[in-house]
Amino acid sequence: MDLDLCQGHAVCESEAPEVFEVPKRGQVRILAERPLPEQHHAVRQAVAYCPTRALRIEED
Amino acid sequence: MTIDLQLQEPPLVSGGVAPDGHLQELRTDPLALLHRVRAECGDVGRFELAGRDVVLVSGAQANEYFFRAPDEHLDQAEAYPFMTPIFGKGVVFDAPPERRREMLHNQALRDKFMRGHAATIAAEVEQMTAPWNDAPEGEIDLLDWFAELTIYTSSACLIGHRFRRELDRRFAELYHDLERGTDALAYVDPYAPIESFRRRDAARAGLVELVGAIMHRRQAEPAVDAARRDLLDVLMSVHDAQGNPRFDADEITGMFISMMFAGHHTTSGTAAWTLIELLRHPLELAAVRAELDRLGAGGVEVSYQALREMPRLEAAIKETLRLHPPLILLLRVAKEDLAVAGYRISAGTLVGASPAVSNRIAEDFPDPDSFVPARYLDPRLEDQYHPWTWIPFGAGRHRCVGAAFAMMQLKAIFSVLLRSWEFELAQPPDTYRNDHSKMVVQLARPCAVRYRPRGRS
Repeated sequence: MDLDLCQGHAVCESEAPEVFEVPKRGQVRILAERPLPEQHHAVRQAVAYCPTRALRIEED
Repeated sequence: MTIDLQLQEPPLVSGGVAPDGHLQELRTDPLALLHRVRAECGDVGRFELAGRDVVLVSGAQANEYFFRAPDEHLDQAEAYPFMTPIFGKGVVFDAPPERRREMLHNQALRDKFMRGHAATIAAEVEQMTAPWNDAPEGEIDLLDWFAELTIYTSSACLIGHRFRRELDRRFAELYHDLERGTDALAYVDPYAPIESFRRRDAARAGLVELVGAIMHRRQAEPAVDAARRDLLDVLMSVHDAQGNPRFDADEITGMFISMMFAGHHTTSGTAAWTLIELLRHPLELAAVRAELDRLGAGGVEVSYQALREMPRLEAAIKETLRLHPPLILLLRVAKEDLAVAGYRISAGTLVGASPAVSNRIAEDFPDPDSFVPARYLDPRLEDQYHPWTWIPFGAGRHRCVGAAFAMMQLKAIFSVLLRSWEFELAQPPDTYRNDHSKMVVQLARPCAVRYRPRGRS
């Protein structure tokens, strides 16, 4: 995640609440560094819909 | 930050004339000015706006600096003096950065509301095309038609259905006068005695009157049940400590104007240009139609369809946005002395990035002046590989918060239009162009297309 860019819109939290948390006035916090396979789709949606393109997935 | 005072100012572009520098050129042919800055000066250049320097950056490296900069370095307030008479005092660019950040966390743009918005938009397009069923064929003015449609869609999605149902063409016409009141002369005097500013102020007063009349009617009505309440009901229900209404018609109108502004002329113009470009490129139109027919097979609802991936239509929209970005110059004000790519920018200077210039950099977008939707398809993905120069929505921390909504809206509009109707250009293809005499870019007239029901020749 790129905290230069995160403006706390919380779109990621609404897509994948188990993986991202955004306080009312603050920036994104990642709750699960390695999301479970069943969460992958939601995480991809969160990355795609981030208004400021602040999120990126790293595959290992 | 300490800035090396040895650093030079960015080079000045040719063409300025005392005493206003490049102001007249910005008011008449801004694209020529912006492209010339890059051609003559490179990634960082400078023009003059009535005694004030404007530094124009372009290219990936300088753009990344621009879009990453915190508000404490590059601020949007004061950068858009032509917006304050439109929005009113205390709204958006008249508010501090922290307040603006909060205002931008717009609930209505959240993904979970998108399907409802898609259904709303589809219904508005159906309603606007309903009269077409009475006449076998006809002609529309693209500027008028899409501007009216997007007044209805944005008011319904952002404020609510109850408010939308009280609007008609009059609201759209007044709103258009507001958008026309964005002459760059505002950098000298936002209240200069010119016709477009006079009409702007009359239009705002007219909108306040319309909204005031709606509020007056509602005060006389019994309260509506919670499920039907819209944003206007909510704002009218707020009272101060003395029990008086917290917001008057002027303030509420200012809020509504500002909420609708970013998504109105932008979406309206992009819808019109997407249709023009598809009609100029019949093979692309055929590919888009085939994709829509495939997705719509079996009577799938548009509200569902518009949320699915449509690579061909999305690529056509993206390419339209690259070639005809609705905003051609994004501006900030340097809050302190800054260093950019080896040049010094003094505090107080206007700093701009230009989608019109960066979107056509040939190194990033080969054959930059041609309409080539294939550049977004796998494996080219040019928008993803060049996030700091493919910038129709801006980039970085102030990237358009409505981008996903805008794409969904355009997909919903074309899902309905292209399913039932055929279009053809009503004038030579190269005569469609933009009017750049105002900071809010609009289609220049004439801009007509003909429609007829699909399946008839």
